[in-house]
Order: sequence, then structure tokens, then C-alpha cells
Amino acid sequence: MSTATITETDARASVIETPRNWKAPIAFGVFAVVSFVVFGLLGREGTSRLTFASSTDFFTITPIEVPSQGAGIVVGVVLIALAAVSAWFTWQRRPAAPMWMLLAFGVFFVFGLLVWIGTGATVPVVWLLTGTLALATPLVFGAMAGVISERVGVVNIAIEGQLLAGAFTSALVASLTQNPFMGLLAALVAGALVSIILAVFSIKYLVEQVVVGVVLNMLVIGLTSFLYSSVLNKNPSVLNSPVKFTREPIPFLSEIPVIGPLLFNNTAITYLMFITVAVVYIGLFHTRWGLRVRAVGEHPKAADTVGIKVNATRFWNVLLGGAVAGMGGAFFTLGAVGAFGKEMTSGQGYIALAALIFGRWNPLWAALAALLFGFAINIKTLVTQVGADIPTEFLSMIPYLVTILAVAGFVGQSKAPAASGKPYLK
Amino acid sequence: MSTLTPNIEPPVTPEEKAPSADNRWEGAWRDILGGGLVRSVLAVVLALFIGSLLVVIVNEDVQAAAGYFFSRPSDLLSAAWDTIAGAFRAMWEGAVFSPRGGFKPLLSTLSWASPLIAAGLGLAVGFKAGLFNIGGRGQMLIAALFVGFVGSNLDMPFGLHLAVAVLGGIVGGALWASIVGVLKARTGAHEVIVTIMLNFVALYLVTWLLKTPVFQAENAGGNAKAKAIDSTAVFPTLIPGTDLDIGFVLALAAALVYWWLMERSTTGFRIRAVGLNPHAARTAGINIGRTYVVTLAASGAFIGLAGAMQVLGKVPAGWTPTVDAGIGFDAITVALLGANSAVGIIFAGLLFGALKAGSFPMQIAEGIPIDIVAVIQGLIVLFIAAPPLVRAIFRLPQPTRRGLRDRLRRPAPQTPAAQTQSASTDQSASTAQGASTDQSASTEEK
Repeated sequence: MSTATITETDARASVIETPRNWKAPIAFGVFAVVSFVVFGLLGREGTSRLTFASSTDFFTITPIEVPSQGAGIVVGVVLIALAAVSAWFTWQRRPAAPMWMLLAFGVFFVFGLLVWIGTGATVPVVWLLTGTLALATPLVFGAMAGVISERVGVVNIAIEGQLLAGAFTSALVASLTQNPFMGLLAALVAGALVSIILAVFSIKYLVEQVVVGVVLNMLVIGLTSFLYSSVLNKNPSVLNSPVKFTREPIPFLSEIPVIGPLLFNNTAITYLMFITVAVVYIGLFHTRWGLRVRAVGEHPKAADTVGIKVNATRFWNVLLGGAVAGMGGAFFTLGAVGAFGKEMTSGQGYIALAALIFGRWNPLWAALAALLFGFAINIKTLVTQVGADIPTEFLSMIPYLVTILAVAGFVGQSKAPAASGKPYLK
Repeated sequence: MSTLTPNIEPPVTPEEKAPSADNRWEGAWRDILGGGLVRSVLAVVLALFIGSLLVVIVNEDVQAAAGYFFSRPSDLLSAAWDTIAGAFRAMWEGAVFSPRGGFKPLLSTLSWASPLIAAGLGLAVGFKAGLFNIGGRGQMLIAALFVGFVGSNLDMPFGLHLAVAVLGGIVGGALWASIVGVLKARTGAHEVIVTIMLNFVALYLVTWLLKTPVFQAENAGGNAKAKAIDSTAVFPTLIPGTDLDIGFVLALAAALVYWWLMERSTTGFRIRAVGLNPHAARTAGINIGRTYVVTLAASGAFIGLAGAMQVLGKVPAGWTPTVDAGIGFDAITVALLGANSAVGIIFAGLLFGALKAGSFPMQIAEGIPIDIVAVIQGLIVLFIAAPPLVRAIFRLPQPTRRGLRDRLRRPAPQTPAAQTQSASTDQSASTAQGASTDQSASTEEK
């Protein structure tokens, strides 16, 4: 009884001592006010026509006409309200930026942006979303690779290299075997091979993991470009014309408007992505494997004490991460482009890394962050298509800027697993 | 470097140590063989070997000869030899000396090396404080923005214009990098993540700005291309008719500044102290946050100089967002190979400069893609970063970790048992003797 009262007062005292952290409400507030001014007050006259139809729907949704400025003001007000809620949470000493709030903030912001860009034109929403999914697929795979690797305690900057290795190998193998599934398998192996170097150097030789990652990216870029120029490009019809995955619509489900074409009319690799996210999430938080992975990544000494082989666990899971990233690489050649090109991943691995951090090392949130970033990339296409006079460079910056805000603690606590990046020595 | 590559060696067993313990010169010999310089050279040799192997494997003549290997194995060997010899000859003639151009290629090597040296110094400043600045690309781009603005928008007399433009680059790089320092000091944001993200932010910012009237060239249309640099700000060439401009002199001067900063200044002492042990540094009264900001600003300043070299020396006719030419990343390899020492970085920069200068003739003459250089560079760094790996491949001995001066002052313990016993006391003794002895002992670490 007496101990209970003591701990209670102790807890209260310690709570009073910690100062309130106003970073998150301030960041939200700035974003909200800027959106209110740009989309609302300075908003563009006219209406934005959002269409939802696609050819296979079994009923059609009528397009919506949205007055741009009015919608902008509404979005601005909602965002300011969310910022106010965040400020109230801070006052209450609750987490100022829970994930749902970030998500709501993101969705409203994106809606405001969309209507603002689409003023006086038609915004084909389904086209926009399917494009987003396609752009986000390698990002999601990359982010999952990062989640597995970092949760087990090895920083994975080499996602870019793993994606590129997967893209190259899958193109080569799928061309030679004329079978996309063999290509996918080869991509898995290639991603894991890149991971072996990462694992050996960071676990056995205790080299700084970030250095290994960056060097691996350079190495893979160099190697694939070299082999592309000296082998693939000498005989592209045989070596660099892979058979792509075809779309496999799921009967009935694919005919639902919006959701159908988005979720149920995809290539095998995209379905695989959905499965991967689910498996990683359930595996990480609801299985023995996940518990071990997280234990090794958070407190390797404790894990070692209860008999988990820390370095072996790290080694095999880093390999697993590489294989997952390799699948993402295969999407470039077997899902999207249909041939390998020099440096075709063009920094996507780093966006995947950003999604991982923005998603707070959680598979579900990381996947959603990847989708959000994919949308930010895709919206550039929309801007050029509707011919709006908006510098797309600022849209391209969004993923990177929000990630900087995230690591600087402006959007709530974004903390890496405690032992991530630290080699374990008995 | 010690914080970045925690070369935690496996504990030395008495058996390993025993044979050399009775002779002080054997210990010295072992230090030379297992030491940093030999290891660096071997890493380069190994990387060149693997690179050659790659070139041979993808060569069509070799592949053809491999088809009938069992009937005439000599064909395969001669084809392989021809390929390698051709590649190295082209490389040599492109980077050092060619019968036609004399030593002109060597000057082109120096010219390629200049920005690599400058940026490598910048990376090294960060490494000394335990910070990894991958933001070279962004810092070079922002530096280019400053240089370009001064170089093409302001009117100044020759000499002054050049100096102000270079200074602008240094300031630009330092400013962009110190954002990272401030974020790290104030919020604890990891510098690696922030620099990576700022690279892209800088890229898009610069791409946008290069389309605005302040920066864009008149005839560029919708492309991001900067105005030409005024002739008063363009780097003058040192030897007429060659690539060599005063950039190389600036790079050497930067190396001198780096040496002074790190070895002679209080700031450098603080940087090294924070790099070796932040907690101890804090206890000793060093402001860690401020040191982070200063370190990154200094790092960005050197990288900004590299940006100025690119804009004023390489592409004065109008730079584009690709002006960094990957130097921000190459600099990582330069700093690691150069072991963060001024002289080491100059030599590492020269080596990679030579590889770059030689790769273009090699591509033209022998059809070997220049991307092989990136592969070799990456391999070198991987081998450098893992001393035990190189030692295992070449069966080198483990260095004794004793400083030369320490060795000369006190004879080596006579018996193996005494040697192993004194392993711990040895280190504490050398620390007590002062920084100079300790430094020579720890050069191996870098």
C-alpha cells in the first residue's frame, strides 16, 4: 500500500519535471497555416473535376466537381484543427503526434494539393492511385527490407544497391529463361548476395555499417553499369528483354470501382508486396521469430543471455532483408519498365529508407509512408498532364523534408531500434 | 576514424604473439607488414586484381577462347593477357605518360584529383569527429549556387572576383552542412539520415533555381543550366594548353589548412576529442553540440571548395545540377583510403584522379566501360575498412600496436609470457607518456 503511494507520487514528480515538447504542434501548425494560405486564401479560382471511373467497373461513380478555393479553405481549417488537437495533446502530456494524426494530416493535405493542382481540369483519381501503387511497390519492398534489417540491429543504407542488384539480375535471368518467376527468384538471390557483404562486414569485421552500406551502393551501381555496358547492351535482344509479369485480375473483385482496379488487378509481384507487408507485420509482432529479431535489435545482451545467438540471428535476417529488397528490384524490370537500364533505381532506395524512418520502423506505417511518398512522386506526372504552372521540384522535395522533420523530432518520436548500428561483441 | 570503424581486434593469444616477442626488430617488421600503409597498398592491388578479372571475364575474345579451352588453353591465357595489358596501357597513357602527349595526361590526373582531394579533406574532418557526412553532393550543389551567383552576376576585377567566388563556395558548403550540425546538436537527428535527405533537397532546390532568371542561362529554354562564369572569375590554367588550373594549388593549400586545423589548432583538438570519446570530451568541458556544428561547417567548407573547383575550373561555360559529378561520394573513398591524414588524402586523391583520367581513354581504346572505376573504388574501400580481411588474404601478421618511439625508448620484453602480461599495461603506459607516442601507436587504427 505504502509503496504504491510512493511510486505514484514519484511518477507525478517525474512527469512535472519533463518540459513539454512543442516541436510537433509547431510543425503541424506551420504546415497547416501554409496550406490554408496557399490552397485557401491564395487558392486558384475554378473547379476541380475528380473522376473515379475505369473501364471495367460494374457500376460507375459520378465525377465530383469541387470548387478549388472553397475546398482549400476547408482543408486548411481541418489541418489547423488537427494542429490544435496536437497542441492540446502536448498540453495534456500525451504523445503529440500519434500515427493516426499524421495519417489524417497527410490525407487531408494530399486532398488539398490535388484539388489545388487540378483546378480547371480533370483529375483521374483511379489513374493517379494505380500509378502511385506502381511507383510505391519498390519503395514498399525496400522499406520492408529496411524494417527487417534494422529491427535486428544492422543499419541498411544498402537498400539502393539491393534494389539495383535485384533489377539487374531479374532482367538477365528472366531474359535467358523467358520466365518472370525465375527472374524474381534470381532477384531474391541477388539482393541476399548484396546483403551477405553487408552482414559479413558489419557483423564479422565490425566495420561501421553506414560506411559499408554507402560503399555497397557505389559498388553495385558500378558493377551493374559495367556489366550492362559490357554484356547486356552487346546483345540486348537475348540478354535484356525479360518477359514481364502480366496483370492477373481477380474475378468479380477487380470490377469494384476504385478499389477493384487498384487492389485486385495487379501483377503477381504487387500481390506479393501486399502479402510481404502482412507477413512482416504479423511475423515481427506475433511470432517467435519476430520476438527474437526485436530482442536482438533492442537489447542484444539480454537476448544472448536467454540463449539467442545474436550474430547468427542478425546474419540470417539481414540476408532475408536483402532478398525482400531484391523482389522490389525485380519490379523495376519485370513489373514496370521491362528492361534494365543504368542506375534505373535512381535513388529510390533512399526514399525507401526515408519511408522506413517516417514509418517509425513499423512495417505497416512504413508501407503507408512509402505509398504517401509514391503519391508525392506521381503527383508530378499529374502536374505536367493538367499543365499547371507549379514547380514540381517542391513536390519532389516532400519525402525528404518530412523525413528530416521526422528524425529531428518534429513529428513525434521517431526512434530507431536501440541496438541498431551497434556491432555485438560477447 | 576510431569511432567509425571500431576495429576491435580479436584478443591476441600468446601463441600468436610468441615468435616475435624476443626480438624488437621482428616486432617492428611485423608492424610494417601488418600496418596501415602496406594494407592500403595491398587493398589497392587486390581491388585492381578483381577489377582486371572482371574485365577479362566479360571480354569477348576471352570468352571465345574459353570455348575451346581444352584444345588450346594457351589461347585463353594470351587473350586474357592482351585484355589486361591493353587496359593497363590505356590507363597509363591516359593518366600518367603517353608517347604522343608526353606528361600531359599526368596534368589531367592532377586536375581530376583536385576536387577529390578537397572533398576528401572535408569527409576526413567529419570522420575525425566521428561524423559521417554523406551530404557532399548537396553541399557541392549549394556551393555551386553561391559560386555561380558571384561568378556570373557580380562585376569585379580579375583576381578579386575569383577569390570572392571561391569564398562564396566555401561559405555555401559550410552553411548547408551546418544545418545538419545544428539539427544534430539541438535534436539529436542522425547526421547520416539528414545529409542523405538534404542531398535530394539541394538537388531539387538547385534544379528549380537554375530555371529562374537569376541563375538560368539565356539560351537554356526549360532546362536547368546556369549562366556562364565571367572570364574574371574562371580558374586560370597553370600550364597553357593543359587541363591543369589553379584548382590543384588550392587543393594542396586546403590540405595544408586541414593539417594545421587538425594537428595545431584548438578547434581540431576539440574535434578529435569528441571523435575519440564524446563522453570524456564533455567531462573535459568541451561543448559537444557546438563542436558538431563547427565540424560539419568545416567539412562543408572543404566540400564547398571542391564545388567551386568544379564550377570555376571544369564547367565555366555553365553548370548544371550534375556539376558534383559524384565527387561527394568518391570523397568518402578518398578519405578512407587516405586514413584521414592530409598526405594520405593527397595520395588517395591522386590515385582516384588517375583512375578517372585513365578510364576515358580506356573506354575509347579498349571498349572497357568507365564504370569499372567505381567498382575498383568500392572494392578498395571495402578492403581498407576491414583490416582483418586483408590480413587474412595475404597472411599478414597482426601489428603489435606499439609506437615506434615507444619501441626505441624501451626494449621489448624478453619472454612471451612477459609480453602478454604487459599487453594492458603497455597501452596505459604509452597513453601516460603523452599524445605523441599514443598517436603513432594509433595510426594503425586509422
